[in-house]
Amino acid sequence: MPDAGMHRSARPTLAVKGLSKRFVIGEQTVEALRDVNLTISKGEFVCLIGASGCGKSTLLRIIAGFETASAGTVEMYGAPITAPGPERGMVFQDFALFPWLTVKENIGFGPRQRGLPKDKLDEIATRYTEMVGLTKFADYYPSQLSGGMKQRVAIARVLANDCEVLLMDEPFGALDALTREKLQQELLEIWERTKVTVIFVTHSVEEAVVLSDRVVVMTAGPGRIEHDARIKLARPREVSAIDFNQVRRDITRRLSSHVVVKSVPLTA
Amino acid sequence: MEAVSEAPAKRAPAARWSAIKRWLTPVLVPIALVAAWDICVRLTGTRLIPLPRDVGIMLYDFTFGGIYDDAFSKTIHIHFWKSVQRVYGGFFAAALVGIPLGLLIGRIRFIRDLIDPTLQMLRPVPVTAWLPLSMIFFGLGPNAAIFLVFLGAFFPIVLNTTFGVRSVDHKLFEAASMLGCNGSSLFRQVVLPAATPSIFNGLRLGHGFAWILIVVGEMTGVPQGLGAVIMDGRTLSRTDLVISGMIVIGLAGFFSDRIIVAINNRLLAWSPQHHA
Repeated sequence: MPDAGMHRSARPTLAVKGLSKRFVIGEQTVEALRDVNLTISKGEFVCLIGASGCGKSTLLRIIAGFETASAGTVEMYGAPITAPGPERGMVFQDFALFPWLTVKENIGFGPRQRGLPKDKLDEIATRYTEMVGLTKFADYYPSQLSGGMKQRVAIARVLANDCEVLLMDEPFGALDALTREKLQQELLEIWERTKVTVIFVTHSVEEAVVLSDRVVVMTAGPGRIEHDARIKLARPREVSAIDFNQVRRDITRRLSSHVVVKSVPLTA
Repeated sequence: MEAVSEAPAKRAPAARWSAIKRWLTPVLVPIALVAAWDICVRLTGTRLIPLPRDVGIMLYDFTFGGIYDDAFSKTIHIHFWKSVQRVYGGFFAAALVGIPLGLLIGRIRFIRDLIDPTLQMLRPVPVTAWLPLSMIFFGLGPNAAIFLVFLGAFFPIVLNTTFGVRSVDHKLFEAASMLGCNGSSLFRQVVLPAATPSIFNGLRLGHGFAWILIVVGEMTGVPQGLGAVIMDGRTLSRTDLVISGMIVIGLAGFFSDRIIVAINNRLLAWSPQHHA
């Protein structure tokens, strides 16, 4: 079966080199990331997975340019990242839509910043509204939408701004199981169609295996990369398939070997 | 067939009843208060407080004349208009100074450090305490009244604006910056709209204070205005006049609040929880 990543160019889009991040909270210094190295190719779908506190969100936020590294660099096409930019679009867990703008205006927000002419702007906003299936809701405000719809708007908003790397911070974590599955499928369709590079943070092994070309397992205290697994399962993936379960078990084992579990004896 | 034709017939009276209920509910308490007032005056036999009926007559004379034919007959429009001018003069001045100042305090650290402590120190000083000074600054007349109204409306407006600017969800700044929105356009496209609900809260509160303070403001020796009427009524021991003035101020404040709420609801259609 062909690997979805194979036909994509192997040119590294993003290179994370020797990245460390320390936070100073009061008197204490917390080491969120230590010496993280990661190379991501154009068009790859990469999931970062790990227990809370492993620094996966921090890594994503440094790539986005929202946080600065304590040491090391993140480069995009060889140029170091120092600030947020349209080529890296973040999709937040809690959507972060502009509540005073309609669906279409939210989606057109990025293109509007570039000062495009009105008709061009409208054309882009309409196209991306349609892409995420919200044409009927184009004039709704975020407060009138369901969680799944809001996240569709958030995805369309960064894609409409020609983002090349989609950064997703547990984007479906606040959604119910059915909506989550539906959005996972929609995201895969969008990814196939647009060839966008995706870095997706999650703590669900199943979600990671369903979606990604690569699963990067991170461990906490301090956060670092424990394992980097290429998922070679054919798409579309079936969560109940035997080979799917095998991969899932393997990743889960890698993940849980570093999670301290308090064992409680079942019988006295 | 029957069920289909029956349903709308059943719903119509229910809808009508709920409409009646919606209009009736808010007036129940005022009716009860007037009734209680009437009963208490009759039971105690006091001559210091007039019956609701007498205040009604006074209000009629105040509006249309033809009963007492004294200095206050048929003068309501003059007093009302004077007070409206002062209330809105002070209120708009407060908004004009308060909103920009609140935006600056909320947005710029230096301005906050420079001005906020002074504001917090001035805020607890009751507006009535400013009365003598305002009469010295502005002389006897309407300007002193406008200044007092301004003071009363200013603090809620500036504080709520500052609060609105400071409580913008940080994620929205991140979202805006990754979409290429920075600098002054960030202020216009994110800070200002995000702070609008708070700004309106401040305007609504400030507007309420403006009406409260009109009585104090018109203690500064102006001959006309609803506050002046109340002060005259007090001097002349005309309690019916005092209560009439109170009722007119209450109603005026109520209706002008509805105007602000209507503007608020229109501008903040995106935010159902800010609908008043």
